[in-house]
Amino acid sequence: MKKDEVPQDNNDLHKQTFKQLFYAVDNDGDYVKVPSVGWEPENVAMAQAWDEVNDRIAQAKEKVLQGEVSPIAYYMEKSLMDISILAGHVGKFQWQVKRHFKPANFNKLSDKMLQRYAAAFQISVQELLQVK
Amino acid sequence: MQTAAPGAINNKMNQQFNHVQSAHCESGVVSNLLRHNGLQISEPMAFGIGSGIFFGHLPFVKVNGIPGTTYRIWPSGILNKVCKRLGVQVHSEKFSNPQKAMAALDQAVAANIPVGMQSSVYYLPYLPQAYRFHFNAHNLVVFGKEGNEYLVSDPVMEGPAKIDPESLAQARFAKGYPEPKGRMYHVSHVPSQVDFRKPVKQGIEQTCNFMLKVPFPMLGIKGIRYLSKKIVKYPELGERKAALFLGNIIRMQEEIGTGGAGFRFMYAAFLQEAGIKLQNDELRNLAQSLTAVGDEWRNFAFEAGRVCKARTVDQNAFVNLSQLLMHVAEGEQQFFTKLSKVKL
Repeated sequence: MKKDEVPQDNNDLHKQTFKQLFYAVDNDGDYVKVPSVGWEPENVAMAQAWDEVNDRIAQAKEKVLQGEVSPIAYYMEKSLMDISILAGHVGKFQWQVKRHFKPANFNKLSDKMLQRYAAAFQISVQELLQVK
Repeated sequence: MQTAAPGAINNKMNQQFNHVQSAHCESGVVSNLLRHNGLQISEPMAFGIGSGIFFGHLPFVKVNGIPGTTYRIWPSGILNKVCKRLGVQVHSEKFSNPQKAMAALDQAVAANIPVGMQSSVYYLPYLPQAYRFHFNAHNLVVFGKEGNEYLVSDPVMEGPAKIDPESLAQARFAKGYPEPKGRMYHVSHVPSQVDFRKPVKQGIEQTCNFMLKVPFPMLGIKGIRYLSKKIVKYPELGERKAALFLGNIIRMQEEIGTGGAGFRFMYAAFLQEAGIKLQNDELRNLAQSLTAVGDEWRNFAFEAGRVCKARTVDQNAFVNLSQLLMHVAEGEQQFFTKLSKVKL
């Protein structure tokens, strides 16, 4: 890649302030560092990954509102976590966390356990109990 | 390329940490920390000596159902190898809880010792939101404190940043693989004289072995061919999944601070610099060959981006992508074979 070919395709996701460095060759064939605000294929891939995340969040929310799953499923998606990460945060096995996805089991959780989930999601217990 | 100011200072005790932006976090932290301790080494040199370049496509390592692709060796590999090969000693420790980890950090800051640490990008508020996934192998340096906030040299940022203690503690104790557990490290010994010849040789030898000789179909150049064969079948996944799978390859190649073309340009910069340092024209010529292969990687990403955007499962488009990758694999095969025969 030539120095003057380093793409500068900005998009909203990058914010104007963030520039990554690329290695490119100058006219003498020497490598130099060139900042870039973004590149179209990468912007497409990033936007698509976030669309997917937002879809998952919306679906989880819908299921919580329908009473199919507990709020933990929604907040897990919202915090971009998966079950293994969440289990690590609350100090439980993955199968135990999966059990807490069921509203009936969730409703029986102790205050201490709710507290741990809320802390993992960086929200209050109040927010954990009410998905809006 | 980073150049040292003439008469660069060696007195680390009173010296403010000099942040230099890098393409990648780990090679950047290594370069910045070593330079602070009086050993001038650019990011590409650190990356090459640390045998940073690699390829692997791992369908069984999935994040949200998407198979993993990597263009570099495993986390911490670069740091460990560079230091071992240059004779640098690094003191590294992990902690059982955030209180102890933050207390140890405060001690280091009070003693004016810049420390590298492993962190999760999800908890770093100074990064743009769009980059903040649960990626736990991010490296940064903390070099001071202003009021309640820590001064951070994050290699991917243009300038130094600040972070509040709560966020930093969360970043250091994120869960999920690889778990940082507060891991913190500093340079404890740097040799007074460094000859780059042997470390460069060792770095290149290991890289060539990894790329050409690892007996697993998913790793090294075999891995590129393996992915090429996988891509032909992506249309069977349906348009949504096919686009996500492709998109992830693009992101691993271009987005996460690789310096372009999945670290290929950074490695070419290493060969160029090493060629000058060791007065070896072969290395400098090979740098040009790798630049050409890197351009093919970029072309692949460009075409893949178009397929993602179109969101169609046009079989011809995927066959084309697969062929582009096969061609890349052929280019890398030739390149690494030549590199493995260079006399150093």
